[in-house]
Amino acid sequence: METETPVAIDGAEHIDASAEGGEVHATTEAHGGEEHSGVFPPFDPSTFGPQLIWLALAFAVLYFTMSRLALPRIGGILADRKSRIDGDLAAADSARQKTDAAIAAYEEALATARQKSQAIAEETRAGIQADIDAKRKAVETDLSAKVAAAETSIQATKAEALGHVAEIAADTVQALVKQLTGSATADEARKAVAAAAKE
Amino acid sequence: MADPNKVDPIHQFAITDVFSTGEGGFAFTNSALFMVLTVGLIIIYLVGSTAGRSLIPGRAQVVSELLYDFVANMVRGAAGTEGMKFFPFVFSLFMFVLVANMFGMIPFFFTVTSHIIVTFALAMLVFVVVIAYGFYRNGFKFLKLFVPAGVPAYVLPIVVPIEIVSFLSRPISLSVRLFANILAGHITLKVFAGFIVSLGSLGALGFLGASLPLIMTVAITALEFLVAALQAYVFAVLTSMYINDAIHPSH
Repeated sequence: METETPVAIDGAEHIDASAEGGEVHATTEAHGGEEHSGVFPPFDPSTFGPQLIWLALAFAVLYFTMSRLALPRIGGILADRKSRIDGDLAAADSARQKTDAAIAAYEEALATARQKSQAIAEETRAGIQADIDAKRKAVETDLSAKVAAAETSIQATKAEALGHVAEIAADTVQALVKQLTGSATADEARKAVAAAAKE
Repeated sequence: MADPNKVDPIHQFAITDVFSTGEGGFAFTNSALFMVLTVGLIIIYLVGSTAGRSLIPGRAQVVSELLYDFVANMVRGAAGTEGMKFFPFVFSLFMFVLVANMFGMIPFFFTVTSHIIVTFALAMLVFVVVIAYGFYRNGFKFLKLFVPAGVPAYVLPIVVPIEIVSFLSRPISLSVRLFANILAGHITLKVFAGFIVSLGSLGALGFLGASLPLIMTVAITALEFLVAALQAYVFAVLTSMYINDAIHPSH
């Protein structure tokens, strides 16, 4: 065994030790525990006391520093970051909602404006149409009135003219007959013309 | 030790006084020194890296935050939100075991967790906390822990003793698991490293042969880093689960 080497170096005391077993540990440990030869160090009970004391001290210090200082601080950092990210996300979300609302309002305004403009155009067109219709009607009635007046005047002129025809004919007849016969009254001529006109 | 050709794989676990306080229990040994160093490193790192409380963390602060989140999620996952009361406790245990194990990976450093008394003390602390809080919170209903729900009455005489024994063996399994893993790993590492020295001193052929244990030593070192982190994790997870038992004894 390799562990035998230190025993040989350390001297006679340890040779006794290997011979007598367990009792020896007590004697070596009593010397201050510089060399715990023969005992597997992790199982050497003489080291238990100091190790436990120092472990308790070290772990207590560690636990209190962790629970009072380090962990709350790291937890705080993480919570801060989370709230910051959440806040930013919420702000972004609300901004997006605002944008959406603005777009919707714009669309709505646009639609209303379009509708209104269409209505105005329609109205204007109708107004103009009505105006045109009215004017045309007025012109038409005017024209038809004028046509009627003209017709009546033509009729009158014609009638008058036709009235004159008999007279002219009578005059002509009287003149012709006078030329042919040398005498003819106006009445006779008129009668003859009337008779001729009846045939 | 004195003879460099004789490698003693046990020597690394020896407890020696750093400074002697004479006869008595308060000797400041290398074990105590590394406990203090472990705690000191944890405190300095966690407190120092978070001193800025930066909204956008630097590298050091990110590590602290990751450790926090890691253990917080572990505790919340195993013991629920109510278990977060024990978060500082589990976090302290995890960090202590982790940093002590990692210190052990540095050559010539003492490994605090390679001593059964240290791991057993930590395990007993967990055990006592679980029992004390279990009775404090649930009263005698805590004993329901030993009576699994939905088990027919005629099986109970067999099940209850098994549950009690498994409960009582928890501090032993918890402490021995950590202690044995670290101890065995360090001894294996030392033995293989010793082979390099022994074979290397045999001349040219031995020099060639020494490359095999050298490769093994490198591989085992990597494995030991894994074990060091894993055992700290296992210790903390089991602690969280035991705390869950104290909070919700009827399973």
